[in-house]
Amino acid sequence: MVILSARNVDVLLGSRQVLTGASMEVRPGELVAVLGPNGAGKSTFLNVLSGEQKTQSGDVRVGADELQHLSPASLACKRALMPQKASLSFPFKVRDVVAMGRDPFRASVDAASNKNAVDWALQETDILHLAGRVYTQLSGGEQQRVQLARVLAQVWRKTDEEPRFLLLDEPTSSLDLAHQHSVLHLAGRLAEKGVGVVAVVHDLNLAALYATRVVILSNGCVVAAGVPEDVLQPSLIADVFNLSVHRVEDPDSGRKLIVPTGNHRRSASVIAIRRAL
Amino acid sequence: MSVLDLRERQRVDLSEVARSLAVPGLGVLLFAAVLTGLTSGAANLATGDVVSVLWKFVTGRGAADPVAHAIILEIRMPRVLLGGMIGATLAVSGAVLQALFRNPLAEPSIIGVSAGAGAAAVTMIVLGTAFGAMGTIILYALPVAAFAGGFIATMIVVAIARVNGQTPMTTILLSGIAVAALGGAIMGLMMFISNDEQLRSITFWMLGSLGGATWTTILPAIAIMSVILLAMPMLMHKLNLMLLGEREATSLGLNVDRFKYLCVALVAAGVGAAVAVSGTIGFVGIVIPHLLRMLVGPDHRILLPASALGGAALLLWADVVARTLAPPAELPIGVLTALLGAPFFLWLLRRAAREGTSW
Repeated sequence: MVILSARNVDVLLGSRQVLTGASMEVRPGELVAVLGPNGAGKSTFLNVLSGEQKTQSGDVRVGADELQHLSPASLACKRALMPQKASLSFPFKVRDVVAMGRDPFRASVDAASNKNAVDWALQETDILHLAGRVYTQLSGGEQQRVQLARVLAQVWRKTDEEPRFLLLDEPTSSLDLAHQHSVLHLAGRLAEKGVGVVAVVHDLNLAALYATRVVILSNGCVVAAGVPEDVLQPSLIADVFNLSVHRVEDPDSGRKLIVPTGNHRRSASVIAIRRAL
Repeated sequence: MSVLDLRERQRVDLSEVARSLAVPGLGVLLFAAVLTGLTSGAANLATGDVVSVLWKFVTGRGAADPVAHAIILEIRMPRVLLGGMIGATLAVSGAVLQALFRNPLAEPSIIGVSAGAGAAAVTMIVLGTAFGAMGTIILYALPVAAFAGGFIATMIVVAIARVNGQTPMTTILLSGIAVAALGGAIMGLMMFISNDEQLRSITFWMLGSLGGATWTTILPAIAIMSVILLAMPMLMHKLNLMLLGEREATSLGLNVDRFKYLCVALVAAGVGAAVAVSGTIGFVGIVIPHLLRMLVGPDHRILLPASALGGAALLLWADVVARTLAPPAELPIGVLTALLGAPFFLWLLRRAAREGTSW
């Protein structure tokens, strides 16, 4: 089995240590949710996994190959990355934007299959009706679904056996509630088809509901990883997010849900200042 | 279906029509410009003469008036070919740089090539004639110096902008501005120490002209310019990826830094060659791709060929006007492209702003 893995990764951006000894791995068939407070290093970690971010030390591989030794072109056939912010400001048609996801396969895959991939991606992200519209005139949430469709098209394969990875950096940040769930549900179905999916999300319940595994980052370190049910304990959440929560059981499904108590814990520094006064 | 949906649909359909008609339409415009360019001038030839000369040229048969034959083949053909190539190169270069900078206001001179070429050419005119190199030497040395100056200036810009193995477009922009200022200073200095005759040569060179084009003077330049035009099919998909953003382009398999170097080198060579043989012809490089983007959209699979055709057509029509307005005198073509293009462009901008669809 081809595994995408990062071991003991250190990343220094300028003078700031963004990741310290961070490790994680993704197998085809998994949906891994990366959680953590702002500035914890989630996006950087995702960029490391995509091969875009150079590391000071550590080992990042897909299968037996080190990512830094793979060309951009061959990486593009193994993984797709959806960045947190899209910067497209030119008035492309939605279908043309999604079709760019097939650019790595322009020469190697026939045109009809590439078109199938685009149609499938438009369908799955619920934007088929926007295909002829101009990207720049769409709402933020619609644009986000177009970008998602673009990376979906990139991981489309004729057969599901080929290993490939999908890295999503906050794919739900601009979406309404229903679309947040449909995107994570879609990510889960892709994982079932043999894609290794990593998604940075902020909503702990989205992670609890859809992820097969969660990885929690805090200050550039992986502080917990495992099955959501085991990892998402109120004590850990209180430590990492500075937020007190309850875990309650959904009466219908029996799933554990996380509900903030509303008692905001002051951050340690504020408490320290209060004491000093 | 609501009225709004209907309007939306019609709008989409109209843009599809524009996309599919643009390339053939511009082709017709260019063809007409070529014919008019061969027909009109100080000696007005009939279209029939032009056709019979061309027929004889292509098939080797039939009879043609020897004077018309000489005028067309030796004077007007090189001029029309040069004009078309320069227009196409400037417009395509503008489109390429606008995609790299992801800014529709970028133009070829932004990477320092025009300033470098200008500084070298002006230095050549002043110092070259001062050292007694006159006539034919300056005729050949000037374009060589201008081309080398433009290319070297651009390479300096890119080398300075390279930091930690990466070359951000904003640093290219800033170092381009600095190098352009330096080139401007050298030009100013040279003009300051030049005599009246040299100053007149400099002025003519800076205004731009297609005059004096002969086969021997233009062929090297045309060979260099054809590189970027022949590279278009290779560039167009990758330029689309660049518009998505550099990160997106990287994750879609593009070696972004290498691609930037390739594009900048192609533009520097093409524009350098154009400036070397014709002087500075502004405006084509920024306006044509911008204007056509409004018409056919940002997709470089259409925008690049459309820009090549549109740039060639604009420059040839401008040259026709320049030659026929007050014969036998010729207006400087750089003046004309701006004179024709600027008001039209302003009108377009106003219209686009009113409709809320700026670029």
